[in-house]
Amino acid sequence: MTKVLMSGNDAVVEGAIRAGLDCYFGYPITPQNEIIAGMAARLPPLGRVFLQSESELAAISMVHGAAAAGKRAMTTSSSPGVSLMQEGISYLAGSRLPAVIVNIQRGGPGLGNIAPAQGDYFQATRGGGNGDYRTIVLAPDSAQEMLDFTFEAFDLADQYRSPVLVLSDGRLGQMMEPVELRDPPARKRVEKPWALTGAKGRDAFFICSLRLPVPELAEHNRVLQKVYREIERREPRAEAYRTDDALLVFTAYGASARLCREAVDLLRDEGLKAGLLRPITLWPFPHKKLLASLKKAKTLVVTELSYGQMLDDVRLAVAERVPIEFLGYAGGEAPSIKELVALGRKLLKKSRRKNASKGKRR
Amino acid sequence: MIATEKKVFTRSPVLTPNITHYCPGCGHGIVHRLVAEAIEHYGIRERTVCVAPVGCSVLAYKYIDIDMSEAAHGRAPAVATGIKRARPDLFVMTYQGDGDLAAIGTAEIVHAANRGENISAIFVNNAVYGMTGGQMAPTTILGQKTTTTPTGRAANEGPPIKVCEMLGTMDAPSYIARVTVDKPAAVRKAKQAIITAFGRQLDNKGFSLVEVLSPCPTYWRLPPVKAVKRIEEWMVHTFPLGVYKDKEAENA
Repeated sequence: MTKVLMSGNDAVVEGAIRAGLDCYFGYPITPQNEIIAGMAARLPPLGRVFLQSESELAAISMVHGAAAAGKRAMTTSSSPGVSLMQEGISYLAGSRLPAVIVNIQRGGPGLGNIAPAQGDYFQATRGGGNGDYRTIVLAPDSAQEMLDFTFEAFDLADQYRSPVLVLSDGRLGQMMEPVELRDPPARKRVEKPWALTGAKGRDAFFICSLRLPVPELAEHNRVLQKVYREIERREPRAEAYRTDDALLVFTAYGASARLCREAVDLLRDEGLKAGLLRPITLWPFPHKKLLASLKKAKTLVVTELSYGQMLDDVRLAVAERVPIEFLGYAGGEAPSIKELVALGRKLLKKSRRKNASKGKRR
Repeated sequence: MIATEKKVFTRSPVLTPNITHYCPGCGHGIVHRLVAEAIEHYGIRERTVCVAPVGCSVLAYKYIDIDMSEAAHGRAPAVATGIKRARPDLFVMTYQGDGDLAAIGTAEIVHAANRGENISAIFVNNAVYGMTGGQMAPTTILGQKTTTTPTGRAANEGPPIKVCEMLGTMDAPSYIARVTVDKPAAVRKAKQAIITAFGRQLDNKGFSLVEVLSPCPTYWRLPPVKAVKRIEEWMVHTFPLGVYKDKEAENA
């Protein structure tokens, strides 16, 4: 199949349309404006719904309405806009409505800047809004995955009746790469017998998160938790890159993972055994896959464009099994490949010396 | 001779048999009935979806037997927009209170109206937040005492927002009217306004809103009969009844 040179943001549009997106609602914010403009150009000629909302609060509520009507609905935004959407995401989760939300992260906190960052990890992986809920979080690291994960997100949302987040950043959104314009895997569409269609030949439905009596809300939460446990069992995804014999393992997601992958190759060129474990689902975090990548590892390096958010999940997974080095950045800064290689070289030599001295003592 | 019995009133089948939780003398029960009767009038129950608000009428789904969706506080017009755009063949309405529509949801109602969104909004204005216990609403009248304006709403808290007047300035809406339910004749007029509003959507004419001035005896601290009388004595001066936008009449 031929490849087309396109930006990650354009790949999201392509992926969503191929996934059968029915209704898109969005509000402009940099660095994701190519998505809303792409949707505005592409959806109406296909007879699908595009609407620019008055705010992110309204956009996510419009998504709520379209999802309640049984349609494939999505919105996209960037960090401050996604903060505003947390209200609606919590309501979607509580109402068990499927929807896709793409966050092209930028620098924060607050208005921050429009440079790429990964500071919304906690918000994305811990629910983000009020109440006890989680959303599946997919983290692409290329324009190709921006396309692939967007249609994956729709299937996961329908399957679990839950909002699904695609957590990307300005670098992946703006960067152009060759993308294979493939269609989603041919899966059977999940039926939506719960959708609001007018109460014809059935009892009236009320789609809501509201459950005033204590036993009802308690039971509702138990049901949600059961779904989350199932997602944790079935959906953790990660890419293990050259980790089989790796003495030094980097772990990073999205744009950070691309830098680490290059550093791994350069270290391997020097004969140093480095590898990369790239979480693809940030929630559920791929605990087991991370541990499996550390069979030979003496050191684990966590890199993120934030100051120790994914690090918490790594620590929960790894505990004290191997020493963890952490490299954090913010505000649009990122490590250079040179810096990562130098760190890898230093750590590998240190662990070699340590092993050698251990040997002498014995 | 006894005349043949003639049925003059029957409970709308669009209402459920449930007894409402509303306080004695509250207007919601009447407005629910009028909405149900208007739905029955057009025979559209099986293609109606209502977006319920956050407020006293959050439990409206228990009383009106139609498909309903929840919305976050104030966002009902946005949720309704999502439903209507997804399924233009459905009849989509919101049922909102004054805190919901005229404070936290101001942006959503203004923009839904400005888009001429083909939905219908029923706006129940009782000049107070009921569900949270009687705080100042955007429509609270100057001097009116609430738990958050214990000495009466002052000028620096702003005069009440007049939603019909505001939305009536827009080009897009099809029908904007203010009615009340303080006496049988007024209730009949209110029903006619709701029927007109719903008809606009069914004719694809775009956005319609009916504001209903409604008594809240509990948080007006009045017995029900006095509360109903207060609408004429006190509320209609601030919120005059009437049609604020009628595009069909303008075009005629």
